[in-house]
Amino acid sequence: MNLEKVIFAFFIVLSLTLNFGFFIGELDNPNHHNVYELFAALVVSLIATVMKFGDRAHIGAVLLATSLVADLQLIAAVIVWAISEHGTVTGMTPMVMSSIVSLSGGALLANITSVVILVTETVMFRR
Amino acid sequence: MKNIVYLLLRRMRLPLIVIILSYSVSILGLVFMPGIDDQGRPWHMSLFHAFYFVSFMASTIGFGEIPYPFTNAQRLWTTLAMYLTVISWLYAIGSLLALLQEPAFKRVVAYAKFTRAIKKIKEPFYLLCGLGDAGQLVVRELAEDDIMCVVVDRNDQRVESLQLENLRVPTPALCADVTDSSTLLAAGLARAECAGVIALTGIDHINLNIAISSKLLAPELPVICRSELHDSADNMASFGTDYIINPFDTFAERFAMMFQSPSMYLVYEWMTSLHEAPLTEFSAPPRGTWILCGYGRFGKAVRRALSFKGIQTVIVELDTVGTGAPEGAVTGRGTEAFTLHEAGIDQAVGIIAGTDDDANNLSIIMTAVDMKEDLYTVARQNLRANDAIFNAADIDLVMQSGMIIGRRIIDLLTNPLLGDFLRLARAQNEAWANVLVSRIAGILTDAPPETWTLTVSLRQTPSILEVFSTGQEVTLAHLTTDPRATGHRLPCVPLYIRHQNHLEVLLPDDDLPLQFGDQVLFCGQRDAETHMRWTAQNFHALNFIVTGYDRPSGAVWRLLSGDRTG
Repeated sequence: MNLEKVIFAFFIVLSLTLNFGFFIGELDNPNHHNVYELFAALVVSLIATVMKFGDRAHIGAVLLATSLVADLQLIAAVIVWAISEHGTVTGMTPMVMSSIVSLSGGALLANITSVVILVTETVMFRR
Repeated sequence: MKNIVYLLLRRMRLPLIVIILSYSVSILGLVFMPGIDDQGRPWHMSLFHAFYFVSFMASTIGFGEIPYPFTNAQRLWTTLAMYLTVISWLYAIGSLLALLQEPAFKRVVAYAKFTRAIKKIKEPFYLLCGLGDAGQLVVRELAEDDIMCVVVDRNDQRVESLQLENLRVPTPALCADVTDSSTLLAAGLARAECAGVIALTGIDHINLNIAISSKLLAPELPVICRSELHDSADNMASFGTDYIINPFDTFAERFAMMFQSPSMYLVYEWMTSLHEAPLTEFSAPPRGTWILCGYGRFGKAVRRALSFKGIQTVIVELDTVGTGAPEGAVTGRGTEAFTLHEAGIDQAVGIIAGTDDDANNLSIIMTAVDMKEDLYTVARQNLRANDAIFNAADIDLVMQSGMIIGRRIIDLLTNPLLGDFLRLARAQNEAWANVLVSRIAGILTDAPPETWTLTVSLRQTPSILEVFSTGQEVTLAHLTTDPRATGHRLPCVPLYIRHQNHLEVLLPDDDLPLQFGDQVLFCGQRDAETHMRWTAQNFHALNFIVTGYDRPSGAVWRLLSGDRTG
């Protein structure tokens, strides 16, 4: 067992599950989407990205790319959230909430791709 | 470049993760700490405010307690978070700086810079391996002639000191193992701009390695090798190394030439002197018995060359058995008076200090001169750094390997015709050399003569071709006329002509007509070359010299004067 691989897979899967947890629920209902879960998803996604730094293999490069996509989507969602909550008078509205959740939905897709690649690599790695 | 980015990212993984974690822990903790707003109601910081606060706290900017003054619980957490985030930043910056300082990383950066410089080269260059005394000399002198070198050496101090020098042309240099063929390829061996390979390391086997690699990877490139052992020289020659230079043999031949024909020696010396070297004084060595201290590679070469000229040598050598010294050799260093006595210094006319230790060589010379003042002294100087003491020792002839090799190579590269001239000159007798020396001496001031080659071609001599097209002949006399005062001759002597059909003429006559494709070797004062090239470029200058008539250059004036030829 390779501890590095365990930690790596842990972060990849964790970022998917957190992302999914935030995403699930009615699209525009703020009660169904916890902002702390979004925060946790972003932090874990960032860590997963950094862990792929410096991997010269082709599959490592693809994983880095999907991770970066997830980061971008989540950062965009966080910025939208921060602006609506603190930068506008109206505060959180269902419309803004739905755009935050759909952004995180994009990140979810990227995270799913990451996990699929990870699983594929693991399956092909017969030892 | 790619390597550098990968290395950076790879090494920064852990520090970056530490920063992300310390930030997220600080932010979360701050959100959970109970606070009180300006109306005294319980209040929790939002994630956005917490991120804002931690961002300026961690970077030690510190705008204060925003948006409301903190409660004690919040302050407690902030205190913890401050240490946590500042330490993680220090760790990240520290690892980055440590990485930048690391020799391995510096090597990667230097390598990337070097390969970028090689890719940018658009002009012909020589690949030079080994930056010893000879290598440095070659790089400097070639730079004076605007010829570019790419240098590889294993010693990074030498490479650094070369980069500090202000050479006229950019000289990419790399500190790397030259026996690795990938280094040679990175240095541009396979590039079309590479004009040749020069292997000048101090170790024959490495030079052999370089020669083989370049003959296999770039078969058409000329290879010049330094070699101090005869068997490795034979080995190099066996696979077609173009020039093999043995400093000991070269010196021994020249030295023996001094006995037989001093004037010929002088011709050789003059023709192969460096840029701006002073004109050396020279006295012929006396014939008689010589004492030769040190019977290594140098001693053997000198003894062989001298015995061809019928000159006796007495060998003084510490290890007479190991070096295979001939019978009658004296065992000793030669630095002590009694060994020199034993070698018969009273009858000797000269002494050659040829060990591989500079201090011993100087000691031998000084001891010998103390015992017999009028000895002719010859010393081998191993390190260029000892120039000052060898100059101060007032030695008649100093042999310096680096200098000998460097000069040979520079001549080979910058003036290939010179080798042909010297080859023909060797077959001539002393009287011929005497005449030549007095001719050259007549045109010199105080600097040794420069040599240069002029090729009758469209690029070098457009004016000669233009005069040809008017049906007139151009002779050497025309070319050596001063274009500023046609009654006067330029201070130069034509030494050698090679026609296009490979016919050679040594010391051609002045009235020899030039033909297309002729290569002419001249020697003379430095300005003479400038003026000659002016004549060769400027049709009106040459036409005036040939016809003695200043042809109008404008079309209108030509029409008025009735000249319709051009």
